Amino acid sequence: MIELIGVSKRYGSAIAVNQVFFKVNEGENLVLLGTSGCGKTTTLKMINRLIETDEGKIMVNGKDNRNQNAEQLRRGIGYVMQNIGLFPHYTIEDNIAVVPKLLNWDKKKTADRVRELLLKLHLPENCLKFFPAELSGGQQQRVGLARALIADPPVLLMDEAFGALDNVTRTNIQQEFKNLEELKRKTIVMVTHDVQEAFELADRICLMDKGQVMQVGTPKELLFNPANEFSRQFLDGQRLALEFKVIRVKDIWSNLPDGKNKTEKVLNPELSVWEAMEKLRSETVEELTFHDGKGIVKTLTFDDLTKAFNQYKNSWHYE
Amino acid sequence: MNEQQTLWQFMSMESDKLLNQTLQHIGLTFISLLFAVAVGLPLGILIARKRSLSGTVLGIAGILQTVPSIALLGFMIPVLGIGAKPAIVALLIYALLPIIRNTYTGIIGVDKHITEAAKALGMTKFQILFKIELPLAMPVILAGIRTATVINVGVATLASYIAAGGLGEFIFGGISLNNTNMILAGAIPAALLAIVLDALLALIQKMNFKKLRKILMVLPFVIIVLSAFYVLPSAYGSGLKAGFTPEFMGRQDGDLGLKTAYGLKIRTVVISDAVMYKAAFTKELDVISGYSTDGRLKAFDLKILKDDKGIFPPYYAAPIVLQSSLEKFPDLENTLNLLAGKITDSVMTDLNYRTDYLHQSPERVAKDFLVKNGLYKSPKNGGAGTIKIGSKIFGEQYILAEMYSMLIKGNTNYQVETKTGLGGTKICFDALLNNQIDFYPEYTGTGLLAILKPDSRVIGRITPDKDKTYAYVRNEFVKKYKIKWLKPIGFNNAYALMMRQKQSAELNVNSITELKNHLDKN
Repeated sequence: MIELIGVSKRYGSAIAVNQVFFKVNEGENLVLLGTSGCGKTTTLKMINRLIETDEGKIMVNGKDNRNQNAEQLRRGIGYVMQNIGLFPHYTIEDNIAVVPKLLNWDKKKTADRVRELLLKLHLPENCLKFFPAELSGGQQQRVGLARALIADPPVLLMDEAFGALDNVTRTNIQQEFKNLEELKRKTIVMVTHDVQEAFELADRICLMDKGQVMQVGTPKELLFNPANEFSRQFLDGQRLALEFKVIRVKDIWSNLPDGKNKTEKVLNPELSVWEAMEKLRSETVEELTFHDGKGIVKTLTFDDLTKAFNQYKNSWHYE
Repeated sequence: MNEQQTLWQFMSMESDKLLNQTLQHIGLTFISLLFAVAVGLPLGILIARKRSLSGTVLGIAGILQTVPSIALLGFMIPVLGIGAKPAIVALLIYALLPIIRNTYTGIIGVDKHITEAAKALGMTKFQILFKIELPLAMPVILAGIRTATVINVGVATLASYIAAGGLGEFIFGGISLNNTNMILAGAIPAALLAIVLDALLALIQKMNFKKLRKILMVLPFVIIVLSAFYVLPSAYGSGLKAGFTPEFMGRQDGDLGLKTAYGLKIRTVVISDAVMYKAAFTKELDVISGYSTDGRLKAFDLKILKDDKGIFPPYYAAPIVLQSSLEKFPDLENTLNLLAGKITDSVMTDLNYRTDYLHQSPERVAKDFLVKNGLYKSPKNGGAGTIKIGSKIFGEQYILAEMYSMLIKGNTNYQVETKTGLGGTKICFDALLNNQIDFYPEYTGTGLLAILKPDSRVIGRITPDKDKTYAYVRNEFVKKYKIKWLKPIGFNNAYALMMRQKQSAELNVNSITELKNHLDKN
């Protein structure tokens, strides 16, 4: 669990981070979102004290992070960065095993853990003897992730971790990242300027501008209940696409007509509206059938879907 | 072809000395390199940490680098004396700049993201330095060490000036003795050493990280072993210690004659005559090869040991002039002869004492002498052509050149251009032969032994008699080089072995034979 209480950072007369408060619950993924220069990276780096705070307090797992030795603190917090920062003179194996060495793990334990992560992150076994320059950008980023995860830290910080990758690779790694069992129990703070990525991966989003927090909330709250003009405008360009992705079939369940209970294959209402639409288009079917697991079955067409979606959206405005 | 064979012959004949000098040279290079790395690496790291210091530190190292090497060695002598210590310190100073600068550049050149990642993973400052920054900066640091090594191989040749050994002994001996083979016997190994070390270090520099790590474990030991070449030989021996100039070392009427005629065996270092007398005075040396008219003889209270077997030939000074110049400047010969017979040994010693020890300018000393002897006339400022006077690079020659300059300006309508400080005999004589100068003061013994080099029977026959020696060189120079010896100035600046007055009295050593007997007893 991480909590920032009134944290500020100044560089000369310029204020980079101004009175930031937020709390990241255990196992939660909080994304710091904003344009370049909004203070999101500075905020992230203050958590593991790569940058020291000027004001305020940061609690990591219940302890003030300034009351701990900085090196000890960092060894317990995974860190993944955009430039990856692998050590060019270390082999991949040595790169992954940096923290265990600092923590004096025995060799067997380290080697086992390295191989375990290799499998989980879909890295080829033979890459261990390579140097970083011999791997592709995507593989390097996986190694960077493995290095951060090796000591199984409860907290993970990610600074534009997927920013340097091409679109295809980024989408793949994001999917794997989402599905990685190991990450589901970690408290993660991520920095990104990519709205799509934020909505894809975040449990909650902290939207920042000019060093200040503009809004903290779930993707749905940001979309349908913006706290201020900035929050509204920030998402306007991609609003519709984001809405389709954020809203799930189960969210609009009550607005859908009752089903005809056909015996074709049945889908899970966890699917987003976007994914449902994709299915209707790509599989060239007229209707999809969903089953909510409690005996209720609904069958819907493209029209049913858009109608229910609009009703759902409107209901937010009257809240 | 003939030249090559004789060079080869020289090298095989002198192979003991050559090997010894080469090992000394390698040792000197690496011992100073070792210290330079020990000082430069931490300094480089320090200024990479505290950038505000970098300007000052690099500036000071840069200024030290621009001090001429001979001058730097000179500055060291009052503080550290002669021999290994000042040579090592001087070389260390030269090696410092490239090592500090490259360490600094190497470290600040390490990708910031990599050091940030190291920090974020929980490495301490020391771990970041030793595991990340230094290994990544190593190719650049090695390039600095490589530059420093090559510089040191070159500068180490000058170490022979202050009795620190090395291949400079052959090089400067060869220049003094007009012996090309001796020069090459020192210069070629020195050049090869520089090339080989440069290539080896280039190889290490280009290695990948894995191999580099292994090499870097071994390298300090290699450097220490190579340094030992220098330290070990100088660690033995006691008793009397002699310091001879590189020129004296190679001459029949020098060290070789002492060995053959007297059978003298003494622990010997090679040293420049500029610091030799002082070193005898400060008891760093006991026996030196001085010149009998040197002013420092008086200044440092030294005693000439009697040459009872007559191995040092006479060195009467006289101007030697190109015959073509005598024809071109008809008044020149009579003017130069104005000084003939005027300066005796004791007068010359006194004049030298004034410049060398009282630090009066050669110009003033020359003028005082001419005025006192009624020879001085104010310059005529005539326009009948310019005479170029040369001189070798020591005080006595400067004084003589000044006297001749004043005599010519006062008695003729010629202008004068002086080219003083033309290194050793070879440089001066080559300048004369090539008409770069019209004349310079030379010594009969030098003309005989360093330039004419007749066989030993001729030398044995004529050297005991100063007039025969003069007659011989005068005739041969006209025949061979069309150069004329004018009348001798009067003094005999011969080689002599010298000791401190006090020590000579204590040991009761007054002649070279007595010195030999004393050494054999102890």
